[in-house]
Amino acid sequence: MITGRFFAAGADRRIAITIFILLTVAIVVPLLNLAVSPTSAFYVPSYIVALTGKYLCYALLALALDLVWGYCGILSLGHGAFFALGGYAMGMYLMRQIGSRGVYGNPLLPDFMVFLNYKELPWFWYGFDHFWFAAIMVLAVPGLLAFVFGWFAFRSRVTGVYLSIITQAMTYALLLAFFRNDMGFGGNNGLTDFKDILGFNVQADATRSALFAAGAVTLALAVYVTWAIVGSKYGKLLMAVRDAESRTRFLGWRAENVKLFAFTVSAVMAGIAGALYVPQVGIINPGEFEPSNSIEVVVWAAVGGRGTIVGPIIGALVVNAGKSWFTGVLPEFWLFALGGLFVAVTLFLPKGIIGMWDSWRGNAKALRAASIAEEAGTDPDVPAPPKVVRGAARTPGDWSGSSPEPQPAE
Amino acid sequence: MSKSNTILYLDGVSVSFDGFRAINNLSLVLDKGEMRAIIGPNGAGKTTMMDIVTGKTRPDAGEVYFDGEVDLTKHDEAEIAMMGIGRKFQKPTVFESHTIEENLMLALKGPRSIFPALFHRRSAAEVRQIDDILGIIRLGDKRDEIAANLSHGQKQWLEIGMLLAQDPKLLLVDEPVAGMTDAETEETARLLKDIARDHSVIVVEHDMHFVRELGVKVTCLHEGSVLSEGSLDFVSADERVVEVYLGR
Ligand SMILES: Nc1ncnc2c1ncn2[C@@H]1O[C@H](COP(=O)(O)OP(=O)(O)OP(=O)(O)O)[C@@H](O)[C@H]1O
Ligand SMILES: [Mg+2]
Repeated sequence: MITGRFFAAGADRRIAITIFILLTVAIVVPLLNLAVSPTSAFYVPSYIVALTGKYLCYALLALALDLVWGYCGILSLGHGAFFALGGYAMGMYLMRQIGSRGVYGNPLLPDFMVFLNYKELPWFWYGFDHFWFAAIMVLAVPGLLAFVFGWFAFRSRVTGVYLSIITQAMTYALLLAFFRNDMGFGGNNGLTDFKDILGFNVQADATRSALFAAGAVTLALAVYVTWAIVGSKYGKLLMAVRDAESRTRFLGWRAENVKLFAFTVSAVMAGIAGALYVPQVGIINPGEFEPSNSIEVVVWAAVGGRGTIVGPIIGALVVNAGKSWFTGVLPEFWLFALGGLFVAVTLFLPKGIIGMWDSWRGNAKALRAASIAEEAGTDPDVPAPPKVVRGAARTPGDWSGSSPEPQPAE
Repeated sequence: MSKSNTILYLDGVSVSFDGFRAINNLSLVLDKGEMRAIIGPNGAGKTTMMDIVTGKTRPDAGEVYFDGEVDLTKHDEAEIAMMGIGRKFQKPTVFESHTIEENLMLALKGPRSIFPALFHRRSAAEVRQIDDILGIIRLGDKRDEIAANLSHGQKQWLEIGMLLAQDPKLLLVDEPVAGMTDAETEETARLLKDIARDHSVIVVEHDMHFVRELGVKVTCLHEGSVLSEGSLDFVSADERVVEVYLGR
């Protein structure tokens, strides 16, 4: 029991440390980029700021997936779609900011519309010249799609692999739709050539640093919100639905609503990640809806350790750093490496990096306790080895010790 | 038959799975405050009967009424649970990754929507209720233990405790002593008799010693309908019951 408390406290401390690091990074990295001379050893080059800023968006996306997959067992293979929709909403705002500075110099229509012989702005582009409107759409569009999709899927009690498949189908359908020129989102080429965001040049170092800081602060906030959700009674319920859905129903809970709430919150988080991503990479195109993108997110979360909040963030950073390195050295082998990594993690590190770290620390602690006891000449097994303590991160997603597997009722 | 004063009323209920009649013209009446034991060989339809009452399975034909007036075939699991029917599964099902206290907290009667759960704070009254239940199910010293660490028998008790926390009018208890030691079995019989003082209860069990301990009216199911009903002595003396149990 005391061990349980300690580990629980440990997990909360881990969250606090993560938030602290993110907030520190949000201040320090821009400073080292902007205020330090490029000749200094402490200088952070702009391309590193841009690259890590992108990684932070991926980390936010992985965290969003963790809320539904790690804590509710919903293996969404379509989270890339919510990310891309958030990205498109931001991209539309950035397109409108170009004004008459486009290649065709048309003050009313973005370049691709002029090129495709549009006579006027389609109605769904109205409002996107305002940042506040775009910001609302960044939240509303992915949220609404997730709500409607989840409403039907969870009500019809689609679960497991079938649910995963229809989430893939959803992102694939959106991919095909956004590829079409007559959809009004730039077709194949997507939206690009951005100039300003909120009046600042998107290419400028200061703007890039600000976007980086915004990403880090948002991620810190998302970590806090996820931690608060997961720690609430609703969070317990979420895990209860994951572990024994029918038990929750027979206790009077509506499991479909429990899932729907988490799924919607998660989609909104993914949308925000996409919106932060687009101004940093300078383009959004239908490729972001590619089903393999969504699968990659699952790999990040699995590598870091699902159901641990911090794990998927670490996973996203580590895997993407690896990807950047790999695609520089052996570009054609990256997909094999990714696939191999997923298989290896599933086989050897079912609880991911965080799970491995915890069990290693747990063992080390038990060993130390035993040796201290021995030195003191007492019975070495007095400090009972931890039983299934609340998985280090109070995460039932990681099943330490004898694993309580999710079980069907009856 | 009149429905008044019944807590559960099944009449002419049938259900088939792919042409196989698991429940066949079943009629069963439970009075308010009554405890009933249900026995019957494997596959007799005992669990399926509970599935029908709790809204998991829809009957093809027949009437299912709760409390004399509520047509249960028109409601789903969550609604039926909220009306006051609690169910213990045949295979003990608790939330393995949560503590005993959290298991009971999730079962405790109260609002069942998302936002109250999101902003829920544990109240002193809830702690007291949980204390009471922990005492009743003999897990008082295990409050902060993870449910996965409990023995099989303790999980059965925890699940019964979760039913009590729901504060139902009717408890359906499927094979509560499977996998228990003799001492635990006796304890469970005592526990259920306690519960039956202010609840209506249906207990499905194969263990005849346990059924004898309960000392209540017994219904024997076979091939989806009632084969025999009465005191345990009466039922076990019934030739047809002897026949289905000893093989054909
Ligand atoms: N969902 C289902 N689909 C198909 N067949 C089913 C289903 N549920 C139950 N059955 C069948 O209905 C019959 C009755 O099953 P049930 O589980 O109710 O028996 P039981 O009396 O509870 O038996 P036991 O003592 O083994 O628990 C069995 O033959 C079972 O295979
Ligand atoms: Mg059964």
